Amino acid sequence: MSSTEELRHTALDALHRSLGATMTDFAGWDMPLRYGSERDEHTAVRTRAGLFDLSHMGEIAVTGPQAAALLDFALVGNIGGVKPGRARYTMICRADGGILDDLIVYRLAETEYLVVANASNAQTVLDALVERSAGFDAEVRDDRDAYALIAVQGPESPGILKSLTDADLDGLKYYAGLPGTVAGVPALIARTGYTGEDGFELFVKPEHAVELWQALTEAGAGVGLVPCGLSCRDTLRLEAGMPLYGHELSTALTPFDAGLGRVVKFEKEGDFVGREALQEAAERAAAKPPRVLVGLVAEGRRVPRAGFSVVSGGEVIGEVTSGAPSPTLGKPIAMAYVDAAHAAPGTPGVGVDIRGTHEPYEVVPLPFYKRQK
Amino acid sequence: MSNPQQLRYSKEHEWLSAAADGVSTVGITEHAANALGDVVFVQLPEVGDAVTAGESCGELESTKSVSELYSPVDGEIVEVNQDVVDDPSLVNSAPFEGGWLFKVRVTGEQEELLSADEYTAYTAG
Repeated sequence: MSSTEELRHTALDALHRSLGATMTDFAGWDMPLRYGSERDEHTAVRTRAGLFDLSHMGEIAVTGPQAAALLDFALVGNIGGVKPGRARYTMICRADGGILDDLIVYRLAETEYLVVANASNAQTVLDALVERSAGFDAEVRDDRDAYALIAVQGPESPGILKSLTDADLDGLKYYAGLPGTVAGVPALIARTGYTGEDGFELFVKPEHAVELWQALTEAGAGVGLVPCGLSCRDTLRLEAGMPLYGHELSTALTPFDAGLGRVVKFEKEGDFVGREALQEAAERAAAKPPRVLVGLVAEGRRVPRAGFSVVSGGEVIGEVTSGAPSPTLGKPIAMAYVDAAHAAPGTPGVGVDIRGTHEPYEVVPLPFYKRQK
Repeated sequence: MSNPQQLRYSKEHEWLSAAADGVSTVGITEHAANALGDVVFVQLPEVGDAVTAGESCGELESTKSVSELYSPVDGEIVEVNQDVVDDPSLVNSAPFEGGWLFKVRVTGEQEELLSADEYTAYTAG
């Protein structure tokens, strides 16, 4: 989107400004980057709880007798096999196998799904689903304006939410969603998130967003809940080793190139978009391992950024896809695609070219951080 | 935020103290520190380095980005702030005090240094 176009604002926009948020343009939306210190926000989510406005995410409703069949054709996952009330991480690919987006699909009822796309790809995903729905008895509906999305993430989040809802949160597993009422507001309560912590994502009508945000703020005040921006969301997901579209995922990569071949379900019935190309990609990956997504931890303090070269013995052996100082580890970390020969944890001699200097880095398995259950 | 009256300011958001015995202290402004976010790494020039007004002499790394550090004046570095190298968050918490970056023996000045009021107007616009 060009800078001359109007930025879109979420239902919580005035509230963010009253909280003193630093705002940023993200995929055409004016979103909170941080309210104070992004490191403090990050730590709050790891140790207490954080509150996020994620209303920029793209919701698409897919309904009708053949909703499952349509999604099985349009996406690479086994969507018909998702039980009502559960959710699945999946991808939508082009016919050539390139990743158009990564998605979370909630099966709300037998013939009713909610597809959640990244903000930057929401229109692309919507267009692809509409196009791929031809011949199916199913409706694809743009529901982006129907929802505000508020996430409460962190170890204190179950307690906070329990004080505001009668819904059976103990029975709500990770990657599940159920309709309920939170603080008197109708919501789809989903136990999902993008932080590596336990937490919930609450889909509500935009006119209820402020009321819900304020109720969560009050409920969490005693246990250290703070509002959190996109900046700490990025360091949280990086520590948790979660891919971000445009960084670890792109149309230039198939799920097999991204190390996520497990999301492609060849065994499902019927054809799906990209099947043939993805079969070939799977065979290629098995015969000759592609670059591998690894973790890198800095020995020094200079921070690797997306696009920086990974080097060994003066040769370029890979590229950084995301990098940031890790508040939890206290060191710079990065995800990078590197040649398979250098991908084993502890491989000696690996560095990152940081503006001309080869800084030493340790190759480590992903994720950098895993919460204690 | 208020910019101390006794300092002068560059359009690259450094502040410069009046030269006592020909030596000025340089840091970045609160406005710049806020824009950067949490500063996690600073690379400063070394004592004895010659610096040139408007040219890069170090870098400031924050969570999201890296920024060049410019010297607002020509001169020679006589001291760098080791405290801020050890704890870069001083740049955010005390940009005009404990978060100072280096001291420079001034040999020539950049023409376009602003007063506190001019800098306040500059960053408001």
